[in-house]
Amino acid sequence: MQDQAGRVAAIVERFRGVEGAALPILHAVQEALGYVPAESVPMIAAALNRSRAEIHGIVTFYHDFRDKPAGRHLVRVCRAEACKSMGSDQVAQGFEQALGIRLGETSPDGAVTLEPVYCLGLCATAPNAMVDGKLSGRLDGTKAAHLAAGLQP
Amino acid sequence: MSALRIFVPGDAGALAVGADDVAAAIAKAAATAGVSVDIVRNGSRGLYWLEPLVEVELPTGRVAFGPVSVEDVPSLIAAGLFEGRGERLFLGRTDEIPFLKAQTRFTFARCGIIDPASLADYRAHGGGVGLMRAAALPPAEIVAMVAASGLRGRGGAGFPTGIKWKTVLEAAGARKFVVANADEGDSGTFADRMLMEGDPFSVIEGMAIAGLAVGATRGYLYIRSEYPHAIARMKAAIATAGAAGWLGPDCAGTGRAFDIEVRVGAGAYVCGEETALLESIEGERGEVRAKPPLPAHKGLFGAPTAVNNLVTLASVPFVLSEGPEAYAAVGFGRSRGTMPIQLAGNIRYSGLFEAAFGVTLGELVKTVGGGTLTGRPIRAVQVGGPLGAYFPPALFDTPFDYESFAARDGLIGHGGVVVFDDTVEMAGMARFAMEFCAHESCGKCTPCRIGSTRGVELLDAMIAGREVVKNAALLEDLCDIMKFGSLCALGGFTPYPVMSALRHYPGDFGLAPAATAEKEIATWA
Ligand SMILES: Cc1cc2nc3c(=O)[nH]c(=O)nc-3n(C[C@H](O)[C@H](O)[C@H](O)COP(=O)(O)O)c2cc1C
Ligand code: SF4
Ligand code: FES
Repeated sequence: MQDQAGRVAAIVERFRGVEGAALPILHAVQEALGYVPAESVPMIAAALNRSRAEIHGIVTFYHDFRDKPAGRHLVRVCRAEACKSMGSDQVAQGFEQALGIRLGETSPDGAVTLEPVYCLGLCATAPNAMVDGKLSGRLDGTKAAHLAAGLQP
Repeated sequence: MSALRIFVPGDAGALAVGADDVAAAIAKAAATAGVSVDIVRNGSRGLYWLEPLVEVELPTGRVAFGPVSVEDVPSLIAAGLFEGRGERLFLGRTDEIPFLKAQTRFTFARCGIIDPASLADYRAHGGGVGLMRAAALPPAEIVAMVAASGLRGRGGAGFPTGIKWKTVLEAAGARKFVVANADEGDSGTFADRMLMEGDPFSVIEGMAIAGLAVGATRGYLYIRSEYPHAIARMKAAIATAGAAGWLGPDCAGTGRAFDIEVRVGAGAYVCGEETALLESIEGERGEVRAKPPLPAHKGLFGAPTAVNNLVTLASVPFVLSEGPEAYAAVGFGRSRGTMPIQLAGNIRYSGLFEAAFGVTLGELVKTVGGGTLTGRPIRAVQVGGPLGAYFPPALFDTPFDYESFAARDGLIGHGGVVVFDDTVEMAGMARFAMEFCAHESCGKCTPCRIGSTRGVELLDAMIAGREVVKNAALLEDLCDIMKFGSLCALGGFTPYPVMSALRHYPGDFGLAPAATAEKEIATWA
């Protein structure tokens, strides 16, 4: 925790003087720590001269920010319309069955988080997913299961 | 002899179907064969069904191969890829591919052609002329040119850009801002992303012209977090443009300052709404502001602000370099110029089709798009993202322009066209529209926040076959309340997909089929 506090302090310092720095700070904290720990909220609030409640309200408003770490692997399946038109239901099921978890869940051993995303801007090669930051298009249930099987525990 | 130039897109859509592996395989094979190649990671031409699209530059022009998989590389090379020859997957001259040839590319003229990392390449293809021209003009004249072009906002509302800029120019303020909206949350749209990845300097040029026109000293480019490649590309391009003097304290030699900062969204669809976006840049929750005041009067940090969609801004360099008349010369009614239409979902020829307004929806999805990818009949087309209406084949004669779509209870939005075949269940799509609204609502108004959840419940009941007639009437009432009682278009337009689904596909909701959509399918199939 000491180390975490130090890293948050360094991030906050980096954005001193930036107007409207809340989102850049939260992104940087999440990138460094994998999530936005509750303990970091008072530090960010103090630096931005805001109340804790306000910063908490900002963190919870945005879907990207996590209050606990994601799994070691992150699978994001597109659930928006263009991907639906090409069978993203089967892709989602393929991941769910291969990983043994539902969309929105993290596996009990912390290996994988499976979550929905609403459009990756790849709607012309639908259906799509993003696995650990790597994009995959023209998927189907079988390919999804294959991608899932390729994840190291 | 100089190295052979081979183009393998670095566009995210090409990466998603294996472009990196293809580029690596070609580089390796070239090294083995002792052929000196320069592999350029260009943007996408927008012919996504052919991605990864590999192009080879010959003295006579570029020829294309696609869709190329890593397994295809050895056989393509054996068949003469390095000499620009081939059979299987060989497409001939890229410019002659009908899907490209039929387009009018103003805004996307360079996308997929140039090396997006190179400012020199951008300039060699006509980039920068608009900014240099703007730098020599008084602000009011730049604004007048944009007004004369008839350019309307490409973010969805279609508001005249010239009028918006005039308001900001004439507003009093110690400082002013330009904000480029690249939140692009609509399913079926990727035009902003393609430009940022494939022609980033056109975005910078458009923003700088806007800055000079309205008297802004700073621009913010707000990009959604789902676009990591675009974010990286734009940050690099901004640094390059700064080093070249296009940005900074002496923007394009005008003695006036203009800088651009990239801000990254955080997964909230509503932050595409301009006032929510301003809140987000200010570091607040992305809640929609009541208007007035307009952002043009009191926008970012309380200062006069021109908020424009990224495609709108990237269309401006053409207006300055070629003249407003050239832009306004094409179009339909009050919709002047071109629209980058994005053909997505279950469609054979998927991709970006920039064309003058006025092409009909049927031409787009049948003639240009080639019907469904699955080969089944088209049943529904959603135009304009998650807030856009579903169009049945009976309405395929609708011309693509703002007014014609509005007249049919629809919208063109950011130009996304998503095709569904006859396996689609429309009650499920209506439910998804309500669910999405509930998920993304900023929470400010009750009809949107609570109404969307009630809408999901009503649709669940109908899908389960409970009291469908009564629930359909309730759903219609609810949609009315959302339409007229919501502060912004998230709550206000979610009724479009819901009501269009109910009206055109009543059978899917357990209601008696009306004499509309269904029977028309046969004539279009
Ligand atoms: C819920 C909602 C989401 C929106 N999303 C976007 C978006 O992603 N990109 C965009 O340019 N405009 C979006 N808009 C429209 C903007 O509010 C605004 O009209 C636009 O950015 C103005 O630029 P333009 O005049 O160049 O179109 C959205 C509007 C609403 C109500
Ligand atoms: S309609 Fe919905 S998203 Fe728009 S302001 Fe109201 S609550 Fe927020
Ligand atoms: S809808 Fe899935 S990538 Fe756009």
